[in-house]
Order: sequence, then structure tokens, then C-alpha cells
Amino acid sequence: MSKKLAGYGAIGLILLGVTLLICIGFGSVSLPLGEILRILLHRLPWIGQLVTKDWDVASEQIIMQVRLPRVLLGLLVGAALAIAGAAFQGVLRNPLADPFTLGVSSGSAVGAATLIFFGWQFSLIGVFSLPVVAFLTGMVTLWVVMWLARENGKIPIEGLILSGVVMQSFLGAIVSFLTAMSNKTVNEILYWTMGSLSLRGWSYTTILFPYLVLGALFLWSQARSLNLLALGERHAAHSGLHVERTKLWVLLVATLLTAAAVSVSGVIGFVGLVVPHMLRLIVGPDYRLIIPLSALGGGIFMMWSDLAARSLLAPTEIPLGIVTAFVGAPFFAYLLYRKKKQREAEMS
Amino acid sequence: MSMQSALDMDMIHVKDIVKSYGRLPVLNDVSWRVKPGQFWGIIGPNGSGKTTLLNLISGVEKPDQGEIVLGGKPLASYRRKELSRKLAVLQQDGLPPVPFLVREVIEMGRFPFQDWRGKESDENAVKLLHEIMEKLELKELEDRPLSMLSGGQRQRAALGKVMAQQPEIVLLDEPTTYLDIRYQMHFMELVSSWQREEGLTVVAVMHDLNLASLFCDRLLVLQEGKIAAEGTPDEILSSETMEAVFEVKTHIVSHPDVGAPQLLLKTEKRLSINERG
Repeated sequence: MSKKLAGYGAIGLILLGVTLLICIGFGSVSLPLGEILRILLHRLPWIGQLVTKDWDVASEQIIMQVRLPRVLLGLLVGAALAIAGAAFQGVLRNPLADPFTLGVSSGSAVGAATLIFFGWQFSLIGVFSLPVVAFLTGMVTLWVVMWLARENGKIPIEGLILSGVVMQSFLGAIVSFLTAMSNKTVNEILYWTMGSLSLRGWSYTTILFPYLVLGALFLWSQARSLNLLALGERHAAHSGLHVERTKLWVLLVATLLTAAAVSVSGVIGFVGLVVPHMLRLIVGPDYRLIIPLSALGGGIFMMWSDLAARSLLAPTEIPLGIVTAFVGAPFFAYLLYRKKKQREAEMS
Repeated sequence: MSMQSALDMDMIHVKDIVKSYGRLPVLNDVSWRVKPGQFWGIIGPNGSGKTTLLNLISGVEKPDQGEIVLGGKPLASYRRKELSRKLAVLQQDGLPPVPFLVREVIEMGRFPFQDWRGKESDENAVKLLHEIMEKLELKELEDRPLSMLSGGQRQRAALGKVMAQQPEIVLLDEPTTYLDIRYQMHFMELVSSWQREEGLTVVAVMHDLNLASLFCDRLLVLQEGKIAAEGTPDEILSSETMEAVFEVKTHIVSHPDVGAPQLLLKTEKRLSINERG
């Protein structure tokens, strides 16, 4: 297991590094990879002194103030959403669950957008206001969705998705309404409903980082519990798992990760659906691998999506959520189709 | 505790249990003692409360009144993992067809012995898992996903997972329901040899009375939520009891090899061969 993780992890890290360099290099001013590498190395302790400063100050400015914070934010948002998606799928035993399809992202967006609409984003508990309020509204949304979907104590797959979609459209309408009322530009509306990483700066990255690290570590520690849950709740309980307690904590932490991601980047869908699923095809069903690799995979997926968002129609930016939906929605349809085929096969 | 009192101690003590679902009473004032090392079968018609009794002993359901004591300690005071080291359950429906590999699933049985980081408390665990797979003839299947196994093979993997739990008590809920006759027999032989080797206490809800008679040394008969009878198969499997409990007419014959009582069903219909003869 740990050998497998080291192998896949190494491949993932290499891909991540390459993606990072390419995404920093690409833009209105194109920068050579070697120069980026040297500028980044220069910032590291110890190694930094070995690198001689032979580059333009402007290049360093572009990298450190514009490109790097944006790319790193994409990495963190993607990692958070992908891990949250894997956790939701594990605990609900539903391959179609993801922060977006469950409506949790939209729920968090309502909380965050309301705060910003009234200008309260730093007033309640300082920098924590936005993620915490987004977490609370995300949690309420998840609770309503699960309550709507529940049938005789069970939550059927289609019912969950249906109630997720209903909540998502309703909450999405609230967010659009708030942004329409706020006399701000159209960009602001697009930002909340379709997600964006542009012009965020370092402060947003530092808001998200602690949530991601703690949330990811907690969910990784629950990986064996999620594996047991895959056998069914009864089996898991007989094997020594506190089923209800585990479910509650995993749902809480996954929602917190989603909320933290949404409060810095708006609603970006399908990342949590596509990434864990691709990983399952490659590494198998073991959550001890899926959770940490989702962090890498989600980060890579998001950085490429953001690169596409800002470069395909440059200088116009495509909202990030549109890019992920172009990939994610057909994927979702494919999963739904496969589920149907599976059931038909079981019937016959 | 002296040797004698240790032997006298009950492994399972069910004390005055009452359980109902809503207004529907399921178990009414059931008291029962199981000694260490016994192999009990619970029999009775559908709806007599067999599975509910099993669920109460395994702790997934709570009694409305009364108490269950396992190995001298009240069930309610066990921690979840501690309980799983004491007691394991094999469900009727077996394991679902998930893509986990056979050896991964069997290793999941070690969950109650692992700390939060997944570190195993017993250094012999790897050897134990090996032996289990040898014994259950799962060696050549160990790298196959559960989803590619037949029902019988999956039930064997489920047994392997339960064995990895190293319990003192094993509860079986109609474990052979979905197996064909060959696997039924094979499965019960495996459970029985495991029970003898480890001195386990086994409680099995059994549908097939003939299998119950062959493998259990005690039978508990439930009828409408009450204990109708308990005793050895010889005492329980009589035409009178069967008619009183199951409302069927039977002949009881002795098994030619082992002498255990076996049921033959009486029928109104005459086979043509008998008419001729």
C-alpha cells in the first residue's frame, strides 16, 4: 500500500511540478521555463543563495505578484474540491456525489455572497468570517438535501442528485439576485456562479491553506473507515466502526473544505466528481490512495482548467466553472449511463 | 477467578429482553444463557424474532427492556472496537460486489486491532491472514476483486474477514441462504472446524433444520417472540415439537452416519411409484 502510494505520489508530484511551471510561464508575457525555475528556487531557503540573480525585475514581479498566487490558488482550490468529492462519495456510497451536485457549493456561495453584499466579510470574526459563514450555509444545504432525498431511512442515488440539483438552482438564483442588486459589474456575478481565480492575490491563498491541510489530513485518517463503509453500513459497524459518528465527521469536514474553496473562488463544479473517479480507474477503490492522490489530481486538473480559461480566448477570460463544466457534465452523463447499464445487467 | 467459575461463566447472557418495533412486539421476555464453546442454532418460523435476537446480541439494535451480558460485561459498556474483537457477525447477504481485492477485504477484518493511523497491534497479523486464506482456499483468488467472485466465493471471503477479527463469539444470520447445496455443506464444515480449533462460541440463525441438526450442539426454538423450547437436537427435533412450532407433519429419522435426527416432510400427495408398489 505505502509502496503504491509512493509510486503514484511521485508520478503525481512530477506532473504537478511540470504543470505548475507551464501554467506560470503561459500568459500575455511569456516567460521561459528556466527563468521561472531559477526565480522560484531563489525564493527557497538555503538553495536560494546558490542561484545568481540574472533576470529582469519585471519578470520576478509578474511571477511573484500575479502568476504564482493565481496558480497556487488553483492548486489549493482543486485539491480541496477533489478531496471533498472523494469523501462525499465514500460516505454516501454514491459515485455521483460531489460538492457541486450535492448543492453544497451553491449553499456556501449564498453565505459568502450575502456577507459580501452587505459588506460584512471582515466584520464578524475577521478573516474567518467568509469561510465560517460559507461553511454554515453549506452545512444547512447538505442537511436539507439529505432530508429531501431520504426514503425509509435510505438515501437513493437518484433522489440525492435530484434534490441536490433543486437546491443548487434555487440557491444559484439567490446568488445571482444578490449580485444583480449590488450594482457591481457583470464579472462579479459570473465570479460567484461560475467561479474564477483572477486577481485574487496572496491573501486568499493564505485563507484557504490551513483549511486544506487540516481537512485533508483528517479525511486521509478516515480512509480505512471509508473503505469499510464501501462494504455497507452494517458490515462496517460489525467490523468495529462507529458508523454514524464517522459519517457525521466526514460530512462536516468535507463541507468545510468545500466552503473554504468556494469562499475564495466561487462555485466551480465537477472537479470533485471527475478527479476521484479517474483515480479509481487507475489506482483502484482504496481511499488510502484516493484521498491523497485526489489532492494532487485536483490541483493538476484545476491548474490546467484555469490555464484554458485564461488563454483559449485571451485576452477575454472564460469563467473557470464553464471550463470544468464542459469536461465534467459529459462525464457525469457518462457515469449516469454506466450506472443504468449496470442495473440492467443485474436485472437480466 | 477459579477455573471452575470461569467454566461456569456465561459467554452470552440474555436477561429478560423485551423488544418491539412501534406497537409490534417482536421479543417478549426472552432469557437465555450460552456457555463458552457451544454451537447454538436458533430456529423458528418466519417472524418469530430470530434475527432481532441476533441483532440485539450484536449490538446493532438496543433492547427496550432487559440486558445482554457478554463474557461477564454488559454489552452496553463495550466500546465499538472492543466489541468487534469479542464478537463477529456474518450476515445473510454476504459482502457486496465491490472492486476491493479479496485479500484487502480480509485485511479489513483487522480494523478493530488497528489504531487511528492503521497501525496493527499484533505483529503476527500478516501470518494470520495468510493462514486464513490457505484454510479457506482463497489463495488463488486473493488478487481478484470481490466483484468478480461467485456468491459462494464471496461468502467464503466474508468468512475470512470474520476470522481475521479473531472473535470469541461468532453470530451467523442464515449464512447459507444464497448458497447452493454443495457450498452450504462446505461452508458449514469450514465454520464447524474453525469453531472446534479455536473453542469459539457460535450462535447461528438456521433455516435448514437438517443442517442445524448436523452442526449445532444446542437448539433454541423461538415462536412468536418467546422461547418455545431449548435443548439438544435430539430433544428438540421431534414430530410433536415440529408440528407445534412450524405446523408441518414430519417423520424424524436418524442420520445413518452420525445419528443426528433428520426431518422428512410428510405429504398428502402420493408418488406414483408408491401407488404401484
